[in-house]
Amino acid sequence: MPGSIWVHGEIGADGGLARISTEVATVGRALAEAGGRELVGVVVSAEPAAAAAELARFVPRVMAMTEPTTADHAAGTIVGQRLAALAQREQPDYIVTGAGAEGRDLAGVLSALLGWGVLANATSASWSDDGPLVVMSVFGGKLNTTSGFTGSRGIVTVRPNVATAEPAATPGSVEPVSVEGELSLPMVKVVDRIEEATAAAPIEEAKVIVAGGRGIGGPDGFTMVQELAGLLHGAVGATRAAVDSGWIGYSQQIGQTGKIVKPQLYLALGVSGAIQHKVGMQTAETIVAINRDPDAPIADFADVVVVGDLFEVVPALIAELRARQV
Amino acid sequence: MQIVVLVKPVPDPAAGAERLTPDGQLDRAASPAVVNANDEYALEAALKLVTAHGGEVSLVSMAPAAAPETMRKALAMGAHRGLLVTDDALPGACTLSTTRVLAAALRDLEFDLLLAGADTSDGGAGVVPAGVAALLGLPYLSYAAKIEPSPDAGTVRVHRIAPNGFDVLEAPMPALVVCTQALGEPRYPSLKGIMAARSRELATKGLADLGVSSDEASGAVATTRVVDSTTPPPRPPTRVIREPADEAARQLVAFMAERRLI
Repeated sequence: MPGSIWVHGEIGADGGLARISTEVATVGRALAEAGGRELVGVVVSAEPAAAAAELARFVPRVMAMTEPTTADHAAGTIVGQRLAALAQREQPDYIVTGAGAEGRDLAGVLSALLGWGVLANATSASWSDDGPLVVMSVFGGKLNTTSGFTGSRGIVTVRPNVATAEPAATPGSVEPVSVEGELSLPMVKVVDRIEEATAAAPIEEAKVIVAGGRGIGGPDGFTMVQELAGLLHGAVGATRAAVDSGWIGYSQQIGQTGKIVKPQLYLALGVSGAIQHKVGMQTAETIVAINRDPDAPIADFADVVVVGDLFEVVPALIAELRARQV
Repeated sequence: MQIVVLVKPVPDPAAGAERLTPDGQLDRAASPAVVNANDEYALEAALKLVTAHGGEVSLVSMAPAAAPETMRKALAMGAHRGLLVTDDALPGACTLSTTRVLAAALRDLEFDLLLAGADTSDGGAGVVPAGVAALLGLPYLSYAAKIEPSPDAGTVRVHRIAPNGFDVLEAPMPALVVCTQALGEPRYPSLKGIMAARSRELATKGLADLGVSSDEASGAVATTRVVDSTTPPPRPPTRVIREPADEAARQLVAFMAERRLI
């Protein structure tokens, strides 16, 4: 019988299942149905119960492994070792995980330990006679490639927001599992967790992003960006120029050396749309720009450009949205 | 402190000339090469650390034979020496082969810290550093916004970017740290640096020198392959609104409502 497809259930900031994993599970389920493979969820954590139960809404069977060390150690290497040992025993053919920081750490460890290849940053996946085919956006969105594995096993990482999470028709079951053996790779202790008072909503999974660029002019301008984002139930994003100027934290940066996002609405305020930023946001479903310069590069790929002073247009937009909500 | 930085020459994203060869590999001749942007943050962090703690920075790269020019740029920023792993068997290599080759090249080197960029602008998988750490048995500290080594204690602390702030990680050295832009703007090479880079050692090794067989790592044993590529459909034409702020706001809200975005 051909090997199963595993979907990895990542632990989110609240200790439950990370949202990316509900999308990963949905992508994995479509592959399993098309390929006639068994679909299995896997969760490895100090307290896997909540995430495993949530993952079971999406897949028929979830294996939950309690691994106490992840409570106060960096998780990627530990989870990778445990999953690699479990995979050597259970012999799945494919493991699907998220393409965020946690998923990448995990995929790298699994790839090295199992000797499997990685198809990274999938924007969609389909099934062929040779297993999964994965579409990726490369060269800053200039090209979409379709790639497959040369062998019969591999790891796929899936970008956030490329699939709509859909629970299965019937919920699955959770079973505890364990593997023998020591963790041989060195552990990295978490000696402190620093919560930032100003921690902003994460941009990777946001449906709406309001982003500020150089044209925002300073940290005060981001108060306005924040207000608009709040009204639209969205997150605040930024260009590298705004981050380098210290107006907002790096975790909000979109682009080549920041994050790649795919929201339903991307509202760009004072963002020129240079290639380094464009690569991070051009696949947004709707792009709206407010910019003084009608010839800014963003005018070439936005759906709507409002030409004007953002310090006049944005307050008017905020007022209009407030009026609508009353 | 001895610090090794992994650097990769990538097609210059700003040039916009990237393309694939007919067999689906990156066409490295089509585009001017630059040092991958995230690797420059790693290199900048390394240079600051040796300024503060003493020591030297070495570069390690797996790249085509034409890469020395790009590596000279990294040397000009202030790195002391470089090692280029290049081999006719490597074009078309996948991330797993890259991981194995870099691990083999690093096994012979002595260092306190091994720094790598969070991902590259060409492949962008972001999985190689974790794999290298696993193969070498090094502590793996990823997505660093701050790196604080304590050479006397032989440990390193890293602020890892987390959803709500930072996780402060600590591990014994040698360790592998994945670097982000949050570490700070890379310096421009000075004229003095450019001159000095010309005489800095830039060694070259092939797979045989590293004791790696082409069955373990090469283009021929790539675990993934590109089967097709298409140009994405162009975005629809842009609608331009040139109205006074109140009217522009009304039109924008109407547009967003029409698309069910509000």
